[in-house]
Amino acid sequence: MALQCDIVVVGGGHAGCEAALAAARMGCRVILLTIDPTKIASMPCNPAVGGIGKGHLVKEIDALGGEMGVNTDKAGIQFRMLNRRKGPAVQALRVQCDKRLYGLAMQRTLMHQPRLTILAGTVDRILTHRGAVSGVQTDSGERIQAHCVVLTSGTFLKGLLHIGLTHVPGGRAGEPSAEHLSDCMKDFGFEVGRLKTGTPPRLDRDTIDFQAMEEQPGDDPPKPFSSRTRAISNPQIFCYLTHTNEHTHQIILDNLHRSPMYSGIIESIGPRYCPSIEDKVVRFADKARHHVFLEPEELDSRSFYPNGISTSLPVDVQEAMVHSIRGLERAKFLRPGYAIEYDFFPPHQLHETLETKLVAGLFHAGQINGTSGYEEAAAQGLIAGINAALKVKNDPPLIVDRSQAYIGVLIDDLITKDTREPYRMFTSRAEHRLLLRQDNAEARLIHIGYRLGLVSESTFTAFQRKQERIEQELARLHRTTLSPDRLSLEAFERFGIDPPQSHTTLAQLLRRPDLFYRPLLDCIGDHGIEDEELIHAIETRIKYEGYIRRQEQQVARFRKLEERRIPENFDYDSVKGFSSEVLEKLKKVRPSSIGQASRISGVTPAAISLLLVALDRFRRSADSPAA
Amino acid sequence: MSGGHLDDTICAIATPMGEGGIGIVRVSGPHAIPFAAQIVALRNRCDLHRAHNHRLYLGDLLVPKRQQQTSPNPSPERLDEVLVAVMRGPRSYTGEDVVEIHCHGGPLILQMACEALIQAGARLAEPGEFTKRAFLNGRLDLTQAEAVLDTIRAATTIGLRIAQDQLKGELGQRIARMREELIALLAHLEAGMDFVEEDVSFIEDREIDRTLERVLDELSRLLETADQGRIIREGLVTAIIGRPNVGKSSLLNALLQANRAIVSHIPGTTRDTLEECLNINGVLLRLVDTAGLRDAADCIEQEGIRRTNEAVHQADLLLIVLDGSHALHPQDLELLSLEPEKRRIIIINKSDLGLQISESEIFGHLRNQNFFSVPPQLVCLSAKTGMGLDMLRTSIQSLALGSSLEAPHSILVSRLRHKTALIEAKIGLEQARRALARGLSSECLALDIRTALTALGEITGEVSTEDILDKIFSEFCIGK
Repeated sequence: MALQCDIVVVGGGHAGCEAALAAARMGCRVILLTIDPTKIASMPCNPAVGGIGKGHLVKEIDALGGEMGVNTDKAGIQFRMLNRRKGPAVQALRVQCDKRLYGLAMQRTLMHQPRLTILAGTVDRILTHRGAVSGVQTDSGERIQAHCVVLTSGTFLKGLLHIGLTHVPGGRAGEPSAEHLSDCMKDFGFEVGRLKTGTPPRLDRDTIDFQAMEEQPGDDPPKPFSSRTRAISNPQIFCYLTHTNEHTHQIILDNLHRSPMYSGIIESIGPRYCPSIEDKVVRFADKARHHVFLEPEELDSRSFYPNGISTSLPVDVQEAMVHSIRGLERAKFLRPGYAIEYDFFPPHQLHETLETKLVAGLFHAGQINGTSGYEEAAAQGLIAGINAALKVKNDPPLIVDRSQAYIGVLIDDLITKDTREPYRMFTSRAEHRLLLRQDNAEARLIHIGYRLGLVSESTFTAFQRKQERIEQELARLHRTTLSPDRLSLEAFERFGIDPPQSHTTLAQLLRRPDLFYRPLLDCIGDHGIEDEELIHAIETRIKYEGYIRRQEQQVARFRKLEERRIPENFDYDSVKGFSSEVLEKLKKVRPSSIGQASRISGVTPAAISLLLVALDRFRRSADSPAA
Repeated sequence: MSGGHLDDTICAIATPMGEGGIGIVRVSGPHAIPFAAQIVALRNRCDLHRAHNHRLYLGDLLVPKRQQQTSPNPSPERLDEVLVAVMRGPRSYTGEDVVEIHCHGGPLILQMACEALIQAGARLAEPGEFTKRAFLNGRLDLTQAEAVLDTIRAATTIGLRIAQDQLKGELGQRIARMREELIALLAHLEAGMDFVEEDVSFIEDREIDRTLERVLDELSRLLETADQGRIIREGLVTAIIGRPNVGKSSLLNALLQANRAIVSHIPGTTRDTLEECLNINGVLLRLVDTAGLRDAADCIEQEGIRRTNEAVHQADLLLIVLDGSHALHPQDLELLSLEPEKRRIIIINKSDLGLQISESEIFGHLRNQNFFSVPPQLVCLSAKTGMGLDMLRTSIQSLALGSSLEAPHSILVSRLRHKTALIEAKIGLEQARRALARGLSSECLALDIRTALTALGEITGEVSTEDILDKIFSEFCIGK
């Protein structure tokens, strides 16, 4: 007899974990199918979560009630707030993780989650009935019936590992690939593309000379990702910095003919922001050296990750290259670097809910959508899991837009931009960047998580209390006036602050770029509030008020265009006057709104005017009774 | 973003540009009435807000005196006596609130009225936008829908062609250079934010400020030179030049006879030289040193050359007169290519006496047309009989109002659009400099520079995030 559940999640990576947890927490019966349950939530590449843009995503996942932030706090062994000296919108947390702890903590959470079952198996086919999902079939012929399927199979679809000129099928080093699923998807009519990514070799700690390198400490005290985290309990470690040199580069150049990329074996596209060391040396020939960060993979293992020298050269060349680097002269390889090619489904085939346009009830999340990175995957997994659950419950879907969250930017970009390389988040992708800060992620999103039942009552109440204190203090700062004649000028002098020349509110004074909350209040003997997080939020609101207001106006304009929806059955061929290029793009993406249509590359303002007129005619003819 | 802001209030000159008894400026949108009320004062103490629908009211068109940005409160100047009609939506052409201002013609007045409305908060209408709104608001029935689409399509095609023409020219190239500079600057700023852990060399504040200042200077220069509006407002300063006895004075007299302009006061112009004013097909021509022209015959040669150079230097337009009844003189050839950045019409006079000079001969001497900023025009006429004078008038009009007579309306509009875009870009960059001076962080600078790039994008095409990322990945070795 076939197994039954509401939702099957295929794959136990960062997308799969978030999808399964969210759906189960929202009350659905979920089966998580994965090739090897002991590998759930593993980190096959760098041992870190967060960074600029990515850290923003983690904060948003956390605000929506996802797991990645909390889990990272449990596994974190070095916490660093990046861009501390830049503005509030580009500050972000990056956390080195113990990979084993990360996987174990996530596995524990999944196992304790009611309504969630973990099964070992490889999915061969998605089962459908009348164009909608009805379940999956595993390679052992077993069938599982479900209303929705969330596919998060990462790099496993026809994965091909390259080391030098040899290549073997595989999903990750030492793990099998899924060979049949993408053929089944092609039969449904999905367009399939191919991407490439890579990873560096792993080195034995005991053979690395850390004395020859620069120490990279973390923040002290470390600040967690999640407001739900009470304390960080792991011991905190250092990372180390060394550099490649001209000798290293010469070794690479001498052996380029043995690289799968430069010999033409790999033709798929890799990410420009995460190039292999071969690529860096060829493309930036004038640079005499490149960074290499040595990062521990686990507290209790000897494996170190040399960040910056991802490579697919043959093993003997990898060794010669690594041994030419200062501090790594005698480094022993635990595993060579490799490149992997894998199938993905170009994401213009998705709705904003991450449900596929071709098969109702089938959702795609993570690397199979052409993204790179744990955080990007987790964000999509969360949204796909939520929307699968909402669909099962017959509730309206959740769509997060570009003005609300990086998650919205991510999904909208995936759908409208023709992604030709693995997609990674940058803050420069967010046009409303000053509003999408990590410090206000909860203020932007927690009410959604709360409404869905993913954020607990106590977390939500704590958030509300924080907000109230911020608003109260802001109001007080705007209300409190200083008059110059009644100030103790020596206090100002002592703190090195120019005293105000006329009646001024505290808020006006804080607008000065060099003046901050704590020194100012100390100066006038005002206690104010102590919580640093709240102070940061208050300073940001005051100092960037003008810019924030401008961005809010931009959002208002943006919203107007988003609200002009395009019916799903709209016939683009009936509109006269589109160029063939525009017509092709519109038909391919089938944008959900005028706003989205205007973001498709190649769709001109003139085309949008035509579309507006045609849409109105469409609406009118649909309204008027049939003759 | 065009086509998007359907809640904006839009305005445009609604009648064809050029000669005409009455010209209409139309405003449409939710703020049509308050905006119009800012530039029109009704007589008899009537208030535009309380005006009856579909009734004509007498009023005065008031616009700020001279666009002196320095004076804080320019007192409004009465520019024209106008008739104003208010048509509240949905009983109007567009279905929205509409105000029509009927002026006494002349591109000058209409253009100023439009600019004043834009200052009040209106936006210049896109080609075909009034019609589009009429359709969207149900004022056109379905049988007219196809026609609407055609209108919009046609207007867009013209707009596109004009834009392309202009982009090929110097303006386009200069804007493209500024755009490149700003993209490079933005790429530096963004790389410094998104790839802080990478081995990226960061850009210093001083360097940022220098770049901003450089682009701002260029914007100011463009705003000065690309200002077609100035010519329309203040007239085209014109010099008639030529060797003695080629017929300069008779040409002047022939033009004056029919077209002497009655101008009591020309806003913002000094009259330090003797000048005559002519109204040629709605274009105001101000002839410099006409005194010099008349006395030319008595002048000793040195003085003549000095005066000619002076006049040429001041002029926006050169009318170069040749005696067609004689072969070309070496001095004629010199005159033909004086100050190549200026507009010029080469006039072969005395066509009634039989021509010794052919057009192809002239063009032979002007072989390299790219030498001139604006292609020279050539007209054969007889100042004595008046034959060919109409051709001259048409040439003057087209040189003043744009390169094509098919759609002078769109051409002007597109120029004003350029000006608006350039001003917006300028405001953005000035804000960026202030943010830099205040020590605000790079996100703010980046937002300001993007605002400027978006504005320039209205002229040269959009700058997308991908453009910035491409620049970053091509310039910096990213990927630790």
